[in-house]
Amino acid sequence: MSKPRLATCSLAGCFGCHMSILDIDERILELAEVIQFHKSPITDIKTFTEHCRIGLVEGGCANEENVEVLRAFRRNCDILVSMGDCATMGGIPALRNFVEIEECLREAYVDGPSTHNPDGVIPRDIELPLLLDKVRPAHEVVRMDYFLPGCPPSADTIWAAVTALLSESPVDLPYPLVKYD
Amino acid sequence: MSEIVTFTIDGRRISAEAGQTILAAAQACGIYIPRLCHKDGLTPVGGCRVCTVRVNGRPASACTQPVAAGIVVDNDTEELRSWRRQIVEMLFVEGNHFCMFCEKSGNCELQALAYRFGITAPRYPYLWPKRDVDASHPDIILDRNRCIMCGRCERTSRDLDGKSVFGFVERGIHKTLAVNADARLADTDLDLTDQAVNACPVGAILKKRTAYRTPVGQRQFDREPIGTSVETRAKLTIDGGEPR
Ligand code: SF4
Ligand code: SF4
Ligand code: FES
Repeated sequence: MSKPRLATCSLAGCFGCHMSILDIDERILELAEVIQFHKSPITDIKTFTEHCRIGLVEGGCANEENVEVLRAFRRNCDILVSMGDCATMGGIPALRNFVEIEECLREAYVDGPSTHNPDGVIPRDIELPLLLDKVRPAHEVVRMDYFLPGCPPSADTIWAAVTALLSESPVDLPYPLVKYD
Repeated sequence: MSEIVTFTIDGRRISAEAGQTILAAAQACGIYIPRLCHKDGLTPVGGCRVCTVRVNGRPASACTQPVAAGIVVDNDTEELRSWRRQIVEMLFVEGNHFCMFCEKSGNCELQALAYRFGITAPRYPYLWPKRDVDASHPDIILDRNRCIMCGRCERTSRDLDGKSVFGFVERGIHKTLAVNADARLADTDLDLTDQAVNACPVGAILKKRTAYRTPVGQRQFDREPIGTSVETRAKLTIDGGEPR
């Protein structure tokens, strides 16, 4: 039997949750024995070519590309896990939800104190994904099966979740592993 | 001596003084009933409904409902746990709770209840309301993003400090915490030594220049769930040890 596959992605996140995956230290060797990393920044595989057992999603959705990737994860993974506060509640990127989007763009590209943009151009190339009106947690875009809060969730939290899922058990985090900070 | 009445909570027989609330009577016997808007020493108002129990089958808030002889109280049932979880989840989506940088994180009663209930994400959509921060006072900050409208500051200021610095304006989802100067916290007579400053269960009223002093791992609810001190007190008594 071939090993179950695991995919990961970072949407509107800071890669801190992926750092936390690496923070499982030598247990990553144990993990590599029983699973195969598929589409993930760790393997640099860009597109799904095979179905995966588990998808770990870092970050919420801030733009249309995030939505597209998240939907691809939902289609290609049996179990989808929201990893970290950005995926579960929007996180730091969601701080822009209190500011009108036009004002955000003006601050970033025109008015910011360190900005040099004499023509006042706000980038709008077709290559650039459009921003959503608000940053949304992953479960407001597709159905998510499990949630690992934390900024980032600790390596032990990620380990507990992945090992439970690989042994076909539900993820039931003990008290010390449910943390929102 | 006041009259003693007996009744049951989750099938356990309890004695209490007539006139005590169900919450206080349970607490005296080491049974923790979750609560948010109530704090020991304050007049209960029954606002948040986190303490909802069933009394002879009817839902009631344990912080306001007095005990009575022979009543049958349900506290720790799946249904009541689920209601409490839903209330806490609603409080999270109705405000703006960024625990990852909140000064109160680890010592926050709302967060601690969510931890105790094992909430990993709220099931309701986030509302992202626009709320104001009032940092005008030299020593105290009021961040309405985190206010859960529990009224503890209002009652503490009025009943214990004798000042009435806080009050509420508007209704329903538009309800918001106001200060009596109708302007800024700095224009009130709120002092750093007021008990109201310590009354807030969340990170809405904070003392300036005191944040992040306790390392992560050593904060109040990092290890022990909220309510543990109530529960251990009883265990010690049952085991014959000294109650704390
Ligand atoms: S007040 Fe409590 S729940 Fe709200 S952000 Fe701060 S720690 Fe989190
Ligand atoms: S500021 Fe704190 S104590 Fe006052 S109503 Fe809001 S949450 Fe309650
Ligand atoms: S604690 Fe009883 S209603 Fe809030």
